[in-house]
Amino acid sequence: MSESAVSRPMPSVYEPSLFGTYSKKIGMWLFLVSDSLTFGGLLFAYSYGRISTPNWPTPFHSESIINATVMTAFLLTSSLTMVLAVRASAHGDAKAQRLWLLATMLCGTGFVILHGREWSKLIAEGLTLPVFPGSRSATTGEFAHVAKMVPQFASTFFGLTGMHMLHVTLGVIYLGIVALRRNFIPILLACWLAAWLGTPVNSPFHYAAHVLLVAAIICSVIVWLKPKVYDSSDVEVAGLYWHFVDLVWMFIFPLVYLMSAKIL
Amino acid sequence: MEAIQTAIAERVAEEHRHHGKSQFLWVWGALLLMTAIEVYLTYQNLQPVRMLTILLGLSFVKAALIIGYFMHMKFEVSRMKWLTMCTLVVCLALMMIFFPDAFRILSLGVR
Repeated sequence: MSESAVSRPMPSVYEPSLFGTYSKKIGMWLFLVSDSLTFGGLLFAYSYGRISTPNWPTPFHSESIINATVMTAFLLTSSLTMVLAVRASAHGDAKAQRLWLLATMLCGTGFVILHGREWSKLIAEGLTLPVFPGSRSATTGEFAHVAKMVPQFASTFFGLTGMHMLHVTLGVIYLGIVALRRNFIPILLACWLAAWLGTPVNSPFHYAAHVLLVAAIICSVIVWLKPKVYDSSDVEVAGLYWHFVDLVWMFIFPLVYLMSAKIL
Repeated sequence: MEAIQTAIAERVAEEHRHHGKSQFLWVWGALLLMTAIEVYLTYQNLQPVRMLTILLGLSFVKAALIIGYFMHMKFEVSRMKWLTMCTLVVCLALMMIFFPDAFRILSLGVR
């Protein structure tokens, strides 16, 4: 009897994966599908405003378009370096994986810096939101009338690009933890101090810099609770997130920048 | 459970080892080229609707390249491909329900 019990095929708890891959990756894909609805909502809100507003502004001079094009090149290059990091991790080449991840982070940081410069320029020229510090004093400048006459432009522009910038920043931090683990925490804190002390008090980035502090605290808790060496599956899942950030920009760049370019 | 996940991850990593660098470089080059075309078209004074159609068309091609090659969706099992992509497309398409209202506001002459 015991023999027949042993030989009978038993239902295993280790079912083969329904989607042919591991759970972390499926989880990340589900998150990305839900996150794409966030960006979809913001992009549709921007498009709705644009369609229903006859005097929609076209504030982006060629300098802004060149800046946004360089930002796009940074993101596309970062996707290439990310996919090479995934490939290196699959080959078990830890040194190449770390170098490619650092190159990806460098490109992402370049994107954020260029984007921050673009925002600062627009804010200085009068395109601002009431929630920004010092916005009440911004009554002069090329775009001051735009902020007053078509407030939905500034709202949707800063909402959409701000959400994307936040995603890129969090992506760089995510990659930093995967590449350097706990060694990245002091670097993150140094970046927070530099961003906080290096930006003027009336800049929104002076306050947005605290995102880095919050991220440093959360990352510290994570690496303290679950210290581990990140393997190829972790690098691949981080890569999915990074490519998604790149993917979203492929729609923001033409819809927001190119369609609102000032053609002289 | 951990063991089976590790085994699946190892199989996926094995698949990644067969992907050559050259295909990623080609995709990256194509993406940069399409971006350059988009910027070039911006300064050609095209009709806005035509311009939007071309830009969105190029954006969808770029998105397909990123999802297919960089995110490796091309190499996933078909069940994974269809479920994620169909869900995404249907949810985003549902948002278009608001657009007729945007056009209605415009035709009513709200300033």
